[in-house]
Amino acid sequence: MTYQTQVAIIGAGPAGLSAALEVAKQGGKVMVFDENDRAGGQLFKQIHKFFGSGHHGAGVRGIRLGQQLLEQCIQSGVEICLSTVVFGIFPGNELGIVKDGRSHTVKADKILIAAGAGEKPLAFPGWDLPGVMGAGAAQTMVNINRVRPGNRILTIGSGNVGLVVSYQLLQAGASVAGIVEGLPKINGYAVHANKLMRQGVPVYLSHTVIEARGDGQVEEAVIAEVGPGFVPIEGTEQTLSVDTICLAVGLTPSVELPRMAELAMVHLPKMGGYIPLHDSHMRSSNPDIYVAGDVAGIEEASTAMEEGKLAGVSMAEALGLVSAQRARELAGEIEERIGELRIGSHGDARRMAKEEIVRGYEAWLAKQK
Amino acid sequence: MRDDVIICRCEEVTAGEIREACRCGASSVDGVKRTTRAGKGLCQGRTCRCLVEGIVAAESGKALSEMEYPNTRPPVRIMKLSALAGEEEEQ
Repeated sequence: MTYQTQVAIIGAGPAGLSAALEVAKQGGKVMVFDENDRAGGQLFKQIHKFFGSGHHGAGVRGIRLGQQLLEQCIQSGVEICLSTVVFGIFPGNELGIVKDGRSHTVKADKILIAAGAGEKPLAFPGWDLPGVMGAGAAQTMVNINRVRPGNRILTIGSGNVGLVVSYQLLQAGASVAGIVEGLPKINGYAVHANKLMRQGVPVYLSHTVIEARGDGQVEEAVIAEVGPGFVPIEGTEQTLSVDTICLAVGLTPSVELPRMAELAMVHLPKMGGYIPLHDSHMRSSNPDIYVAGDVAGIEEASTAMEEGKLAGVSMAEALGLVSAQRARELAGEIEERIGELRIGSHGDARRMAKEEIVRGYEAWLAKQK
Repeated sequence: MRDDVIICRCEEVTAGEIREACRCGASSVDGVKRTTRAGKGLCQGRTCRCLVEGIVAAESGKALSEMEYPNTRPPVRIMKLSALAGEEEEQ
């Protein structure tokens, strides 16, 4: 059958749900699709408390933030279709979905792609052995499926994902043999790193993994110190006895649908790879398609929620649900909060990268005229 | 990276095979995909795409920013043909 809606949103994570709520508040009809059997995206794996300021949900656990958002969406009349795969995006604002084993068409006035991100791989001899996995996959196993992926963990990458997942594996009863980081300093927030260091977890800075060994599964990992250009230094190899290697070497935006929709993109390594160009209110090079959250550049759940709201407001305005003046006011408030999230040593780089995306959009737009 | 390291786990394509494809003229992730099947497996390149991109860029002397994102076609997720054909799902 064919579904008709004002707004179709792909992804029921922090960005998608926040956008849905914003449109529904203005009286718009919204359908949200997610391939998972529960909404909330990565938020539902975050058992730790967020920090920052109060209006960004500081002190609240991610899973609770997800539940709150989901309840608000349902109360506001948002239709959330779970276990529903969006398999394609087609000209004329059409989506192909599979729901209950049948394919259907969704026709929407506006589409928001909030498809999130995937984990980046790292290849080394033995990385295809069972026991090598993405840190996000390990987190899904332990926090969602309640299965401990292994007993002795080595984490590659000291960004927040690597640090948080390592700590959660410790909490689940595993031992963490170490965190390996190619850079000479820890990449994530000190608050996360300190929790691990207090538990005696060693951090190997300027190191990399060079091999995983084992008979049919990981039994040991070989790490080595790296010199300039991240080249391993001969003679510095150490062998650690581990059964699980978690790769936390970054995320990359899931841009399969933006690519299929032929959205103009830019390659920005700082933001994870290819990013759809968008204006300051999340509209892509196709005026009917919006992007928000990790698909629009890797950041955090808190920024994803604000970007989702911004996309929601701009879709509501484009649909005539809210006046231009009211939309400007709402967007101004959201932008102020986003600005607060993009400060400091970690935030400045993200803010500059986001500005580069918007400049790229403006340059693209100027060429169309 | 050693030639014998598997890059595409779904189709078991090694770094050496991808480099060989580049030497034979493949200059993009799509080109490598067509000649070696890397990225044509179950995960549709969601894991190996970044790695293939890195190898192709290194072999062709291109910057990563000059590489084109590979073509994507429906379905972007695994689905049963029966769903597309509109048949009742078998119980």
